[in-house]
Amino acid sequence: MSLKKISKDQPEKFEFNQQNLEAAKKILLNYPKGKEKSAVMALLYIAQRQNNNWIPLSAIKYIAKYLNMPYIKVYEVATFYSMYNLSPVGNFHVQICTTTPCMIRGAYKIVDVCKKKISEKENVLSENGNCSWTEVECLGACINAPMMQINNDYYEDLDIRQSEKIIDEVLLGKKPKPGSYRGRINSEPENNRKTLLDLKNA
Amino acid sequence: MLKDEDRIFKNLYNDLGADLNSSKKRGDWTNTKDLCEKGRDWIIDEIKKSELRGRGGAGFPTGLKWSFAPKEVGSRPHYLVINADESEPGTCKDRDILRFEPHKLLEGCLIAAYAVNSHKCYIYLRGEYYNEGIELQKAIDEAYKDNLIGKNASGTGWDLDIYIHYGAGAYICGEETALLESIEGNKGQPRLKPPFPALVGLYGCPTIVNNVETVSVVPTILRKGSKWFASLGKPKNTGTKIFCISGNVNKPCNVEEEMGVPLKDLIETHAGGVVGGWENLQAVIPGGSSMPLLNKEISEKITMDFDSLVENKSGLGTAGIVVINKDQDIIKCFARIARFYKHESCGQCTPCREGSGWMWRILERMAKGEASREEVEMLFDVTKQIEGHTICAFGEGSAWPVQGLLRNFKKEIIKRNNFDPLIKSNKDIPYLVDQHLLEKDNAQNKS
Repeated sequence: MSLKKISKDQPEKFEFNQQNLEAAKKILLNYPKGKEKSAVMALLYIAQRQNNNWIPLSAIKYIAKYLNMPYIKVYEVATFYSMYNLSPVGNFHVQICTTTPCMIRGAYKIVDVCKKKISEKENVLSENGNCSWTEVECLGACINAPMMQINNDYYEDLDIRQSEKIIDEVLLGKKPKPGSYRGRINSEPENNRKTLLDLKNA
Repeated sequence: MLKDEDRIFKNLYNDLGADLNSSKKRGDWTNTKDLCEKGRDWIIDEIKKSELRGRGGAGFPTGLKWSFAPKEVGSRPHYLVINADESEPGTCKDRDILRFEPHKLLEGCLIAAYAVNSHKCYIYLRGEYYNEGIELQKAIDEAYKDNLIGKNASGTGWDLDIYIHYGAGAYICGEETALLESIEGNKGQPRLKPPFPALVGLYGCPTIVNNVETVSVVPTILRKGSKWFASLGKPKNTGTKIFCISGNVNKPCNVEEEMGVPLKDLIETHAGGVVGGWENLQAVIPGGSSMPLLNKEISEKITMDFDSLVENKSGLGTAGIVVINKDQDIIKCFARIARFYKHESCGQCTPCREGSGWMWRILERMAKGEASREEVEMLFDVTKQIEGHTICAFGEGSAWPVQGLLRNFKKEIIKRNNFDPLIKSNKDIPYLVDQHLLEKDNAQNKS
């Protein structure tokens, strides 16, 4: 269970825009009749994307009404899962994995870079307001450690210099190139792999 | 070393492309119809004979699991759910299957769904794998377009719809009943078992939950025959497995190898050896963070399969190997793992919710050398009180790594934390004084 801060500044009204209404309708079709409740997670994602990467309480109310669910049930889901932001985050939401496999390859050095460049504390917006960072648990790219996720993209095999560069770019509002920063291909062992050799140049 | 032609995931490093055409060239979807026409019993029997064990951590025989599904569809429809909520620290094998071999997964879904009489399949994908989800959706769209899934999928006469359901960053949703709760639109808190999902699962209907890797290897097993699969590895621990080798190694990587491969081979041959040489090895976590660590002596000769790891008081789990060398502070490493479990506990059972926090706080203090001698025993006691006293296996998962640490590195912990409890030397700190102990102390003084 993660601790969640709910923003004090809440917009009064929230409604899906036309495009998202259609997307929501489409998602409802994925689930059997009478089980529309299942779509709550997907709808929260849509709301989060529409509202600048965070979910206001009015959106929770809106979704509860939309799915005919008690408000508290939607609230419960929104607070249980760590990927729903209940207070504003930057346009660029930097998440650094610091669980053991990343930690032993130096994830905390990247945390230090973020502290220096973005903000002293987690979940606080940078001076220009477009970026925030947070420590997260295992992101499932352990062989590419240390790594971070900015919005939807993974940035892998980092070191201090590379992550400084990435953060600088992000602060300027540019999206850096995702993927490995040590020039390796996906999850293969670097230089002379020992398996699947005949396929390498196929 | 396993021969290349025996490897199932030929596109593990994406040399060949993940799209439908390249997948077909690798043999996916070639004779799905023929395989299904041989019948449900044949499929389940072949999987049973191949002795395939679930790749998600528990190692439950897959054929047996499928045979638990009711033979006839009653009033309730059957469901197939694929567990792609890979969040065990040290594990990243499913990610590469989703990115680079999605068609193996989809074909496996069709065969599995056919075998367990299900028309609907949900793939529960962890929310962080957004880009992998897009790749997978692309593959699903391709398969629909080619009539490989959908109505009369691949000409088998069986209808199958596959949907992706995104999680949202909760480790516990990898537990099968929590995963089902999550799909139903609740918070992901595990259910009591029994009833098992095979009889009462998603929406109260019979549901089979399988890991991505398990389902992805099924088509190849059926194609090449159960004998081929069973000939690899060791008896009861057959086949191949993707190992993820991370941590202090020179070349961290994913590699598909035979079950029962020596751990040292994996680290030295594929991962380029331990940073600083084999002598610099401190410990290895063999199967994702939930499994107790192995010390250097055991790592030297252990083979990586379910049974031999259990013999050595650990487990294969998800085969996420985390190598820790002597440059690392082992207590700190495990304090961080304990923090992971504290963060991810769903909060349903008290022993786990409270105990995971206790373990983390005690370990943090131990890393700094601020714990007293007695707390070492106390920590072990806490782990024993969590283990076996929770609804799901998260309790064991959080307690075992700490037990493994205490078993192997007790001397080191005591060396760092070797002083009497604070209460004995300094009785004047009111908030630190355990009143109960104080009274006993006073009573003894009086007598």
